[in-house]
Amino acid sequence: MSGAPATIIDKLWRDAVVCTEPDGPDLLYVDLHLVHEATSPQAFEGLRLSGRTVRRPDLTLAVEDHNVPTDSLTVSDALSREQLEALRRNCADHGIALFPHGHRRQGVVHVVGPELGLVQPGMTVVCGDSHTSTHGAFGALAFGVGTSDVEHVLATQTVAVQKPRTMLVEFSGSPTDGVTAKDLMLALITQIGANGAHGHIVEYRGDAVRSLSMESRMTMCNLSVEAGARAGLIAPDETTFAYLSDRPGSPAGPAREEAVAHWRALTSDPGAVFDRTVTVDVSGLTPWVTWGTNPGQAVPLAGTVPDPAAFTDPDERAAARRALDYMDLAPGTPMREIGIDTVFIGSCTNGRLDDLRAAAEVLRGRRVLDGVRVLVVPGSMDVRVRAEREGLHEVFADAGAEWRLPGCSMCLGMNTDRLPGRQRCASTSNRNYEGRQGPRARTHLVSPAIAAATAVTGRLALPADLP
Amino acid sequence: MEPLRSHTGRCLPLRRSNVDTDQIIPSEYCRSVRRTGYADALFARWRTDPDFVLEQPERAGATVLLAGAHFATGSSREHAVWALRDWGVAAVIAPSFGDIFCRNALKNGLLAVALPDRAVASLLERAERDAAFETTLDLVECRVSAGEQSWAFDIDARARRLLLAGHDDITATLTRQDAIARHERTRPHWLPALTPGSALFPTEQS
Ligand code: SF4
Repeated sequence: MSGAPATIIDKLWRDAVVCTEPDGPDLLYVDLHLVHEATSPQAFEGLRLSGRTVRRPDLTLAVEDHNVPTDSLTVSDALSREQLEALRRNCADHGIALFPHGHRRQGVVHVVGPELGLVQPGMTVVCGDSHTSTHGAFGALAFGVGTSDVEHVLATQTVAVQKPRTMLVEFSGSPTDGVTAKDLMLALITQIGANGAHGHIVEYRGDAVRSLSMESRMTMCNLSVEAGARAGLIAPDETTFAYLSDRPGSPAGPAREEAVAHWRALTSDPGAVFDRTVTVDVSGLTPWVTWGTNPGQAVPLAGTVPDPAAFTDPDERAAARRALDYMDLAPGTPMREIGIDTVFIGSCTNGRLDDLRAAAEVLRGRRVLDGVRVLVVPGSMDVRVRAEREGLHEVFADAGAEWRLPGCSMCLGMNTDRLPGRQRCASTSNRNYEGRQGPRARTHLVSPAIAAATAVTGRLALPADLP
Repeated sequence: MEPLRSHTGRCLPLRRSNVDTDQIIPSEYCRSVRRTGYADALFARWRTDPDFVLEQPERAGATVLLAGAHFATGSSREHAVWALRDWGVAAVIAPSFGDIFCRNALKNGLLAVALPDRAVASLLERAERDAAFETTLDLVECRVSAGEQSWAFDIDARARRLLLAGHDDITATLTRQDAIARHERTRPHWLPALTPGSALFPTEQS
């Protein structure tokens, strides 16, 4: 083994390589393959047509999330039902563990895997979903793939990829209180652009990262893909090891000691060189919110809608014009004056227990403004049960918010959880694309506490703005 | 798969950057369990506009989509590739692509080729002026040519090799079974597994 200092990305990659193809790409072993109903039916069908089997059903976990209704356990939509039934049949045929709609462990795929302790430092995780980058929070190599790759992984437990470049993102300085991982990432993406990390795997560093809980680290890595990165990760530390104690899938007894010793070595060596380094100064950072139609079009909530004319890059200028037209916003409008019809609290970005606690803390003893609809969609059944144990569901209900069943819901608007008409939504999800939450829907990405404060005032608001 | 060496076709100029996969195919059309039947879902939100490039009668039969930077970023949905292919698009040329889309496209024989900004700008201009304007993508030479102009492109080497030979990706990887089995034997023993009967494996009750 060479003695040159290596980045954590190099180390994880090296450990995952099965062999290198003659023309460049590496065949990577997949330690955990997460599967859901929306991107897998054609992959299983492909296996069937070619007479192949699933190589490692025991390293595969399926959940129902994208398509499930969140108001009831009855799936009334015929197409959705067909997709869910296909997954159930495929998992039964191949002996794959499946958490179906209503199961006590069901939820959004990127919430369920980690909470079971199935994602650990050093692993390679793939899923037919772009936000697989979430799992990088554990110091794992985790990235999304399409359906053809899902079939490839089912059949071979590997994926053939050219190694991306490495990038270090260093958050320097300390943000103000109430700033979350979401705000750090919106600031990063605005600085480098929604495709600024294209072709790279990112390691996040800095005190502002170290002090994040595992749940917040997942939020951070989740949003890597919104910066265009292939994956994003955080080196494991005591926070990671503590999270991984006493979970059903995490090692126990002597195996745990051995594992932790191995995990400790998964950091970038001093002097390791990245292909690219970006520093984001977050001193004094305050909560951020998007104004446009990609996650890189964001400003501090205390700021105003920018003037497209102020963008020097002609492409960005055109994109800003188009975004303001779609969003029906005028340059110079204070973000706090923007009125909201619906608030969505949930998704694999911000649907974990900490997120619900943050929202509930703001809503406790307050009322959602008349006419504003608020959906609170826990990321998983486990999150839902734990939240109910703390009485959070009552806080939400008393405030006038809807307490739903877990699923992707309004994050992607695949089922009936969709915004009608030109409604405007403050959403804790990850994509403010045109039409994402409904054909003409307008989305402002925010953190959970901002979403909750916004629900009370009916305009984008900070918790501190509330009486 | 049939070997794919080159493609020549008329162009569909889509002068827009950051066209994400939610725009190529909105999520509600991704509920099908099939690999085909997505032609009508392609750019569904824009198709109601009679001026939209796919709706222009003179563009009927065109197969080479020209688009702005960061084409098909976002969601991993391969339905975006299937929708383009089902409508009749055989190749997309743009300054840059979403990573996952690029992989998905090549695995389905849809040529996704990145060219420099200036090259795409020149193609867009000529295609907008002339609906009969043709472009050729040559996978053997790795060149795009149009009239007297031509540009070299980079493409994933493995995907290119498989496309040229008409070989299936999974079949190719299955020749590496020995290496895969060897790697499996070296995996740390504590890594989780969802073995039927184990505490993690779901049953009807839990
Ligand atoms: S919650 Fe949203 S981003 Fe996350 S997996 Fe579901 S659809 Fe994708």
